[in-house]
Amino acid sequence: MNDKSNIIICRCEDITLAQIDEAIDNGFTTFEDLKRILRVGMGPCQANTCGHLIQMHLAKRMKQSIEDVKTHKPRPMLIGVKLKDIVDGIDK
Amino acid sequence: MKKNIIIVGAGISGVSIAYNLAKKGVKDIHVVDKSYFTSGATGRCGAGVRSQWATPLNCLLAKKSIDFFEQAQHILEYDDDIEFKQEGYLILATTEKEALQFQANVKLQNRLDIPSKYLSKDEALKIVPHLNPDAFIAATYCKIDGHLNPFKMTDAYMQAAKRLGVTFSFFEEVLDIHVENHQVIGVKTNKQIYETNIVINAAGGYSKEIGDMAGIDIPVYSENHEILATEPIEKMQGPMVMSFSKNIYCQQVPHGSFLMGRSDPYVEKGHQIHSTWQFLDEMAKTATHIMPLLGNLRVVRQWGGSYNMSPDRQPIISGTDELNGFYMACGFSGHGFMLAPMTGLLLAEMILNEPTSMDVTTLDIKRFKQQHPIEVEKSVV
Repeated sequence: MNDKSNIIICRCEDITLAQIDEAIDNGFTTFEDLKRILRVGMGPCQANTCGHLIQMHLAKRMKQSIEDVKTHKPRPMLIGVKLKDIVDGIDK
Repeated sequence: MKKNIIIVGAGISGVSIAYNLAKKGVKDIHVVDKSYFTSGATGRCGAGVRSQWATPLNCLLAKKSIDFFEQAQHILEYDDDIEFKQEGYLILATTEKEALQFQANVKLQNRLDIPSKYLSKDEALKIVPHLNPDAFIAATYCKIDGHLNPFKMTDAYMQAAKRLGVTFSFFEEVLDIHVENHQVIGVKTNKQIYETNIVINAAGGYSKEIGDMAGIDIPVYSENHEILATEPIEKMQGPMVMSFSKNIYCQQVPHGSFLMGRSDPYVEKGHQIHSTWQFLDEMAKTATHIMPLLGNLRVVRQWGGSYNMSPDRQPIISGTDELNGFYMACGFSGHGFMLAPMTGLLLAEMILNEPTSMDVTTLDIKRFKQQHPIEVEKSVV
């Protein structure tokens, strides 16, 4: 059960703890780094699930206090919206 | 600290320059970047690569760069995948005038060994069946064009450069460039002072500011360009679909999501890279008009990034007579990612006084001081 490759951290993109540790070992030591190299936080939940898990893990690995570990910049949209619904919603 | 060469900016241009110099045997190269890995334009770009341009210079730079991308995984010995999807660009003509221009473009491209083709509407619909037949009248297609993962491509260059001895520091911001008797002598950052005789400005959106620090007036400015990404779906679109007149580019990346970008003709110059609802509205209208089926896709994210604009929408890759040891690769006007292999090679050749792989006079910053009019690239979104 402790196999890190069985522990999913980012559910949107299926990223495991083992992949995160490997990326940290390769020098990607901030959340924004990990996002770009692994896609964590790029899925529909925008790091609502993995954000604080990775934050805790980075704090442990980088020996920082958790307050000092930044998570990523949240982006619009808050939830997925269909392109055609956006068009339909525009004031004519 | 003494360094042979300092490169400002670890985006795609900076890592390519570092790799090319190190591969030619230059030692003691250090790359500084003011933020995290691919925090600037490289990590925000659409990452398409195309050879279909309207000026010979851009055509040649792009073609030779694509030749490199085809081999990059192997040449750079990258363990991961740079995700080069080489399924072409389909560029739509929506007016008779644009169709005429595209016929001339294809003639130029074919003369430069770029295998682009002018297509009828029916031929274009065979390549991308979900196009709205009423949204365009003809198209051009070039099969060697494509798309890469910008993060992995940058990482591939960076890892290869590191193996050749190049060092990198992130979250280190350049504050000043020290000059004496028309010669670069050092670089001051928020962490230390480097003694060096060569500094390379690959600072993307902040190239002008880096030039100012050295007293070199570079005629570039930055402007925000926005992109959105949709949820991933099964593969349904091979090529990048693009239209200059409708102001859109739209690609399904190997991950499955669609990336769509457009320009805002009224955007203000500057470093703001925020997301706007106006972009979302205009993008949704244009995308569902050209490809109605895409209306069913949910938008997951949107973001912005800087284009570094030059007066003729072509890059500045050169040194300068005004200051020894100062080199620049900037003003790519939104296309620095796809030209990066040639940027790195040409600048390395210039710095080492080697014969260059192509004629570089039109890349020189001097061109903006000449009297005759400059040729402006029109094939830009």
